[in-house]
Formats: sequence, C-alpha cells, structure tokens
Amino acid sequence: MDLYEYQAKELFSAHGVPAPPGAVVTTVDDAVAAAEKLGLPVMVKSQVKIGGRGKAGGVKFAATIDDVRTHAGNILGLDIKGHVTRQILITPASEIAEEYYVSFLLDRSNRTYLAMATHEGGMEIEQLAEERPDALAKIAVDAVTGVDAAKAAEIADAGKFPAEVRDQVIEVLQGLWKTFVAEDATLVEVNPLVKDGEGKVVALDGKVSLDDNAEFRHPDHAALADNAAADPLEAKAKENDLNYVKLDGEVGIIGNGAGLVMSTLDVVAYAGEQHGGVKPANFLDIGGGANAQVMANGLDIILGDEQVKAVFVNVFGGITACDEVANGIVGALDLLGDAATKPLVVRLDGNNVELGRQILTERNHPLVTLADTMDGGADLAAAKAAEPAASAAK
Amino acid sequence: MSIYLNSDSKIIVQGITGGMGAKHTALMLDSGSNIVGGVNARKAGTTVTHKDSAGSDVDLPVFGTVAEAIEKTGADVSVVFVPPAFAKDAVVEAIDAEIPLLVIITEGIPVQDSAWFWQYCQNKGNKTRIIGPNCPGIITPGESLAGITPHTITGKGPVGLVSKSGTLTYQMMYELRDLGFSTAIGIGGDPIVGTTHIDALEAFEADPETKAIVMIGEIGGDAEERAADYIKAHVTKPVIGYVAGFTAPEGKTMGHAGAIVSGSAGTAQAKKEALEAAGVKVGKTPSETARLLREVLG
Repeated sequence: MDLYEYQAKELFSAHGVPAPPGAVVTTVDDAVAAAEKLGLPVMVKSQVKIGGRGKAGGVKFAATIDDVRTHAGNILGLDIKGHVTRQILITPASEIAEEYYVSFLLDRSNRTYLAMATHEGGMEIEQLAEERPDALAKIAVDAVTGVDAAKAAEIADAGKFPAEVRDQVIEVLQGLWKTFVAEDATLVEVNPLVKDGEGKVVALDGKVSLDDNAEFRHPDHAALADNAAADPLEAKAKENDLNYVKLDGEVGIIGNGAGLVMSTLDVVAYAGEQHGGVKPANFLDIGGGANAQVMANGLDIILGDEQVKAVFVNVFGGITACDEVANGIVGALDLLGDAATKPLVVRLDGNNVELGRQILTERNHPLVTLADTMDGGADLAAAKAAEPAASAAK
Repeated sequence: MSIYLNSDSKIIVQGITGGMGAKHTALMLDSGSNIVGGVNARKAGTTVTHKDSAGSDVDLPVFGTVAEAIEKTGADVSVVFVPPAFAKDAVVEAIDAEIPLLVIITEGIPVQDSAWFWQYCQNKGNKTRIIGPNCPGIITPGESLAGITPHTITGKGPVGLVSKSGTLTYQMMYELRDLGFSTAIGIGGDPIVGTTHIDALEAFEADPETKAIVMIGEIGGDAEERAADYIKAHVTKPVIGYVAGFTAPEGKTMGHAGAIVSGSAGTAQAKKEALEAAGVKVGKTPSETARLLREVLG
C-alpha cells in the first residue's frame, strides 16, 4: 500500500524524522482555517499517490488568505494523471536553503535493503541516477544488523552531505530506518530533505510503501487505507478476501493461482485479437484450496462488472478440487437466477476433474459451456464476448 | 538423478499438526515421499497417524524442535507450513539446525521477515538451501515430493522445470505429461526468495537426467533478465522460456507480492526480449511453450 504524503510525514514524525506540521482538509473553508492557524505563508499541496504534482499545478505557494482560497479551490478536484485530488495538505512554507535526498528500499535483486542518499537534491531522482550515477550513493544494508549510528554515518558520508548538516542527516537516517522497520515498509523516501533558513534539516516531502503481507502485525495500518479511492468492485473483492484487479475489457476471468491467472489474461488477449479485439476484464485469483463459496463470491463480483460480456473460468486443480469449483459455479448461478445473463466458459483440469465436469454436465445450465483446453476455452470466451448482446444468452 | 530431492530424502514437516500441514503430509506420503516426522513444540512427544502410498498406517513422531527431529530421524529436508506470523521463527530454527534443504510453502510472509532470514542464513555460512517462500515446493516424480504439487499429473522424464508460479507449474507438467520430468521446482512469487531461477538452471545443467529445461517467469523484478545472462554464459542444454503477465498494467500487484510492473521495470515484454537475446525460445502461451520444448527434444 502506498501512502499519501501527509501520512508518510506523520509516520516520519512518529519515528524521529523532523517534518513540518500540517493539516489535511477537503474544503476551501477548512483550508483557510488551517492556514490561519498555522500562520502564513503556507503551501497548498494536492494529496494524490502519483509523482509530478508540482508540474501539474497541484502544489502552490500561498502568501495571503486570498491565495489560499484561490489555490485550494483550483487544486481540490484537480485531476493529476487520472488521480483526482480530494484532499489537500496545508503546511507552513519553509525557506529552502539546500535540498537533499535519502531513502531506504527493498533491493530484490540482491535480496537485501538499499540506502540511497545524495546532497544533490532538487531534481527527479531517477534522472539523477541515470545522468550522474556517481552523485547518488547506494549502500547495501544488512537486514539482520540494520542501521545504527555508524552505518548512518557511512551513508551520510557516501552521500557527501556538508559538514554543517552531517549530524542532523545521521539522525534523520536513523529515524527513517526506524520508520522502515517498525512500519514494515518496502520503501521510505524523503525527497526533498531540506536545510531550512534556520539551518534545520526537515523532511519536506516523502513517500512510504507498506507491505500488505505485514498487515497482521499492524492493525493501525487499516486506517491508512484509502477506501474512497478504490474501485467499488475491488473494494468488494477485498471484503471477500479475493485477489481481484479491475481491468478495461469484456472477458471476465476467474482462475486459481496468480501465475495461471496472469497467463489466462494473456491467452484471452491473444484470442481476442481474432474476435474484434475483446480484452480481459479483470484479474481474479480464487487461490489455493478454494471452496464452492469462494468460487460463488468471485463469480458474483465478475458478473457485477457491467463491462463484462462473457466469463472464462480456468482452473487447474492442485490443492483446489474441480468439484468444489463446479459446485461454486452451479451454486452461484442458482442464487443469481434470472439475474445471470452472461455466458460462462469453463475449463477444468487436475484434482477431481471428472467429478467437476460431471456436475456441470448434469446441471446443464444454458449459460455454461465446458472447454477441453485453456486455449480452446479462451477462444470460445472471446468469441462469446464479441457477439452482439442479444445473441449472447442463446 | 534429479536436483535437490530424491528417493533418499528424509522429510520432516514443520506445522505437521495444522490443517495445511496435515492435509499435505497425507498427500506427500501418498506420493511415496519418505516423511519421517514433524515439528510442533506444543505437541512434542505425540504422534500423528497417516496412510503411506501402500495404504498402511504410519505413525509419525512430533518433535519439539527441528534439531531434535534431525538428531532422531536423520532428516535432511524440512517443509514449512506454519502460518505467516510464526514462519520467521520456524525458518530460523531450521537454519540453526542446519537442515540441508528447507522448503517454505507458507504464503503471505512479510517481506522483511524473508529478507531477515535470508540474510541470517548467509551470515550463518549458508548451510541451508531455502526454496520459497510462497511456493508449491519441489517434486522429483516417482521419487519424492516436498511441497504441494499434485503428484498424479505426470511421472519421471527428461524435462527440468523451474517456475515462479505453482499452478503454471502444474499446467506445464500437464501439457508435457507424456514426456515427464526429472524435477519440477516452484521457487515462489515473493519479492525475496531463497532458490532462484539461476540456482535451478545451474543444477539442471549438471543433472545428467535432465535433457531440456522449461523456465517459467512472470512480471516483477529482474530475475528472468539475470537468468537470461546466466543461460548465455553457462547453460548448454536447451532452455524454453515462458513469461506470464503481458496484459498486466503498471502499478497493480497481480496476486503474487512480487508480481508488479514498476515503471519500465519488470514487464513481461522486457523479460521475453532478454531471454530471446540469450538464445532462449519463448512461448506466447503454455501450449506453445510445450510445443517448442517438444521441438528441441526432437
């Protein structure tokens, strides 16, 4: 889960990384009230989870209350690369003497963590890494020993921070490491870290990504989730503990196991090229050992997607038993009754496949067609999705 | 021959008394695996009873620690089914006991726990080969199964398979069921895994029984690109590749914690191109991958 800037800064502050105060508001009036309380001048900052806010007009300096009113009005509702601004952060405008960059992140390739640091902030970090890689220090961090004062000093020195801020940067690095570990993050980034007019080092902007797998030991993280921004079908899937991603297409997909479902999406997309360019409508993994109820829940979500014209169920029973899948399909269709109007193509193989096919054959539901192979099923589902709606139910 | 696992392997199950552990202990025994016991500190001294592949009852002792299980049974493989919250401790215990092969099936382990126990294993002299986490495990058909792969799909044969995904492993074994497999290993879909594609490729290259290799990847990370470099420099046996996730959008995790395209990194297209540049033929679909594999085997 990626956090908003204000959430990231709250975590920074909690773990000893100095960050300026601020207030998150959703209306112009509240923005004005916040600015009056914090004292002018302030920055008005769009809270969206995407880079390039400044360039898009989502970050403005406000010297007066009128400025606050104008900018807040313009930024609330502003669409930044598909992310609509619903919240803005009002924060005191710091005087910036120098800009730096620090981060800790997961380094998949080396199966460890990486610290990145540079005294040359103020530009896109990807750009700096590409154009002047020597200017960005990259230091491996041992996951067991972590970052103590000595390691933080090593990182600060590698990043060539000026002597007058070195001690403060070392403190920041230790606090940032604490944030990384204590919150089970996969990325903590301060960009920019700045020296303000008084020589104090503060985190002016930040990014935090949290590990969803660690939710069980962070009940407080649930409050950080942004349910309003989620797709309604994705939110419903999450409530049912289903692994669902909404895509832009016509063929609903249900399968078991992330790899097989990804592969099914691809095979359907290839098949769609022969059938008017229909595409997969979603990713839905019912997981290992799914029972009939899980299958029914999954089908319910897919059939709730108005864009879906046909559904392809592709299951290879390993832990999952094909008869459970078949019972789930039959159960879901019976539950939906006349509300079910979309054709289903079902391909089953593996554990209890004969029983699974038998259940579907005996039920003989007019919407269900059995396919022998993954390729054949994908082709048939794409063909059905490409048919005019009137003939689809035949 | 095979890689990592054979009929001599003596397997213990960490979490043998839990739901998943019990179910898959039974399935592993049914496949003919030599399961010699299990571990659960709270149930040490008890036994659990299952059927072996011949249908006879087997009483499996439950030990308090992995070290004790090794001492009493001579176990050299442990399969971990314990839930995510307790997985790190279970893995550390197995590393401390220096079990030679550790297969972590558990899905949903926090990545910082995986990073920690991976580093811990390195610091301890890397005496344990870790497979997983979040993987189906490893099967040497007809000899042994340490994991959850269905043993009924196919038997012994000349194909070695390494995959990030469980169900794609099953699908590919099914597509090539007439040929059979030397060993099929699922390395897992998490951002940090113990055994990599490269480790498995190296082992298959050295295994005389393996005549051709199928390598299955998916979006996220750069493991496939690194494997491509390795193949170019070190692998003489034919390798056929498959990559899942061409239609995956940027920034959306596709089921596996590691399966996410970030910016230009981790796309299926980039992986396919890297593999093809290394001389690896890459199938567009599982069935085409199987066809390409048949062609190279002649």
